[in-house]
Amino acid sequence: MRDWLIYRTFWDLTVSGVALGLIYALIALGYTMVYGVLRLINFAHSEIFMVGTFGVLISLTQVFGINLFEDGEYPYRSGIALVMILIGSTVAAMVVSGAGAVVLERTAYRPLRGAGDTFGAVVLAFLTGLIASFLFTDSMMTNLMIAAVITGPLAVVYVRIFRKGRQAPRLAFLISAIGASMAMAEAGATWGRDERVMYKTPRVLEKKVLLNFYGADVRIDYVIVAFGAILMMTALLLFVNRTRLGRGIRAVAQDAETARILGVNVNSVILVTFLLGGAMAGGAAMMFTLVYDQTRFNIGFLLGVKSFTAAVLGGIGNIKGALLGGIVLGLAENYGSAIFGGQWKDVIAFIVLLVVLMFRPTGILGESLGKARV
Amino acid sequence: MKKSNLLRAGAVLVSLSFVVTACGGSDDEASDTTAPAAAATCDNPVASIALQFPETGDAANLGAPMLKGATLAINEFNAANPDACVTLKTFDTQGDPAKAPAVAQSVIDDATILGLIGPGFSGESLAALPLYDEAGLATITGSATNATIQEQGFKVFHRILANDAVQGPAVAKYIAETLKPASVGIIDDASDYGKGLADAVKAAAGDSVVATDSIDPKAADFSAAVSKMKDANPEVIFFGGYYGEAAKLSTQLRDAGVESTLVFGDGVKDQAGYADAAGPAAEGALIACPCKDGSADFTAAWQAAYSEVPGTYGAEYYDAANVLLNIIKAGAADRAAVLAAVKAYDAAGITKQIKFTANGEATEASTIYMYKVTDGKITYVADIK
Repeated sequence: MRDWLIYRTFWDLTVSGVALGLIYALIALGYTMVYGVLRLINFAHSEIFMVGTFGVLISLTQVFGINLFEDGEYPYRSGIALVMILIGSTVAAMVVSGAGAVVLERTAYRPLRGAGDTFGAVVLAFLTGLIASFLFTDSMMTNLMIAAVITGPLAVVYVRIFRKGRQAPRLAFLISAIGASMAMAEAGATWGRDERVMYKTPRVLEKKVLLNFYGADVRIDYVIVAFGAILMMTALLLFVNRTRLGRGIRAVAQDAETARILGVNVNSVILVTFLLGGAMAGGAAMMFTLVYDQTRFNIGFLLGVKSFTAAVLGGIGNIKGALLGGIVLGLAENYGSAIFGGQWKDVIAFIVLLVVLMFRPTGILGESLGKARV
Repeated sequence: MKKSNLLRAGAVLVSLSFVVTACGGSDDEASDTTAPAAAATCDNPVASIALQFPETGDAANLGAPMLKGATLAINEFNAANPDACVTLKTFDTQGDPAKAPAVAQSVIDDATILGLIGPGFSGESLAALPLYDEAGLATITGSATNATIQEQGFKVFHRILANDAVQGPAVAKYIAETLKPASVGIIDDASDYGKGLADAVKAAAGDSVVATDSIDPKAADFSAAVSKMKDANPEVIFFGGYYGEAAKLSTQLRDAGVESTLVFGDGVKDQAGYADAAGPAAEGALIACPCKDGSADFTAAWQAAYSEVPGTYGAEYYDAANVLLNIIKAGAADRAAVLAAVKAYDAAGITKQIKFTANGEATEASTIYMYKVTDGKITYVADIK
């Protein structure tokens, strides 16, 4: 019976697989671009996605003031109001994620490159003060006050250390990435309304079935995910290929040292790369909450692992590869669990990755952010 | 130069502590209960009892009533016995079997602890019980319902409610005799508890099962399982797992247009975590549970202490705590004496007459209670005997 299930539900699995795959792809872009310019696996990118979903949550519930349920029913909106809410929340998610990525870059990575600045020093000093204050008291106000007092003098110390401009070894970046990832996830867990719970996001979009495709219901939320993802990726490709800053990104990806000599401001290119990756993760966060109506402090972990897999599958450092890798992974997972059962989902995903890497060690499309043709 | 090296080392240490504090925050630390409401203080405890349960983590909602029920029992006991009071020490495992052995070791190392209530979940029970067995520390769980736990033959294990070997067939019986569906779909979350219960229902439901699947509880997307159920379109879908996944699954099934009656086990009986979270998608869902709403006095005391109705297993943990408290009051002063007294215990609790069989199961543990989500509230509907 199992063998036939895949035929009967093929299109159903395809539609939901592509939708999830596109979300993987959008997150994968952040991994791939940062890898392209820095040769760094930014493990904290999954948490950039996570803060984006919280951005959507805050935007929907606080800014637009929508309750989870209205009289026991979903708070559906329609027409202009719906469009405004969707665009507003997307912008909120992209701003939160983008800002998160920029702060992450300047505090967790830039000081290690020997280019730490006052901003990074102040943020690090504040965080250090905050953490130190936890040793003494649990009151949030007191913690913030202690942190604020410590920030000044400690920042001066940090700036002095940064000014030496020493470069850290490559491994230090990786450890910094893992530490930042854990710290952000736990911060999300600790400073929520309740600790460590799953938050439902209000469902404003009624998930109507637009058309039936060989027994598969193509729902409106899937269509929005598809259009949104392709729109964002096209915009990103145009930016990287057609603009001056995009050329800078490609130049740094090819050879950072030569690019620096030729007058490219490497640090600002890296910052823009993080910003773009963060914004894409923010878009993914909006689409994720649109389909699944939920978020949690550790929501990024599994999605991050899958998206990173998608990036490697398509060819890390390759923007089109991220798209392809995401879709392949989403479909492989869905088909695989239909054939072998849901408990095999992750096994299938990683077998696909292994097989692809065996025959194409640099991924389906190869590594190419730095190549002239992206 | 020396001085700035020192500074740098200091800065590194501080940033390290930042990472360590951030990831180590709330795990595994024993803490004296911050008893809510009217806590009777206990300055010179004669003994202490431990509670091993998921205080935080994915299933923390199920852990909260365990703590509240036990705390209520302790507070009442200490108010009545100010000269021979007992402290409750809580140990958080997040319901994670991987964390349980270390937690169990710290319980055992605390010599003041004479007995343990819990472990809260089946997986952590299987991981922790070998240690407790070796230490001879009596345990009474009011919630870990996996039927295979006692196959290991633990001497210290006691369970105050019906296990999944009772729950599974009872659910299957209710489905067969009350819902009378032509077809049943079964999904589990691949956990010790969820799969055990789903397998029991599957075995009892026999030929009417038309589709089965497992989901990964950590994932957000269950579309493969949903497609499978949509294709088979069973009249009833049973899911063995906890409330968080049940809420996600219910929502995704309803979104896909699956109209089947949803049936769950006790891990889903959580008002906030399931009924409130899934909203319209939860309406009409049936939830079986070996747990019982306690007596009127108990409900009133709970209401007074916590301003809410008693949560799932609250009454069972109240009973379990009272068993140990009564034994300590009767003079048992070491772990061996407490264990012997638990084995011989026979007295009325608020959920049932409490007496254990030789293998630690409650003698009166054959009734499962069926609840239903009606107008967004989980309400009692019937006994399944």
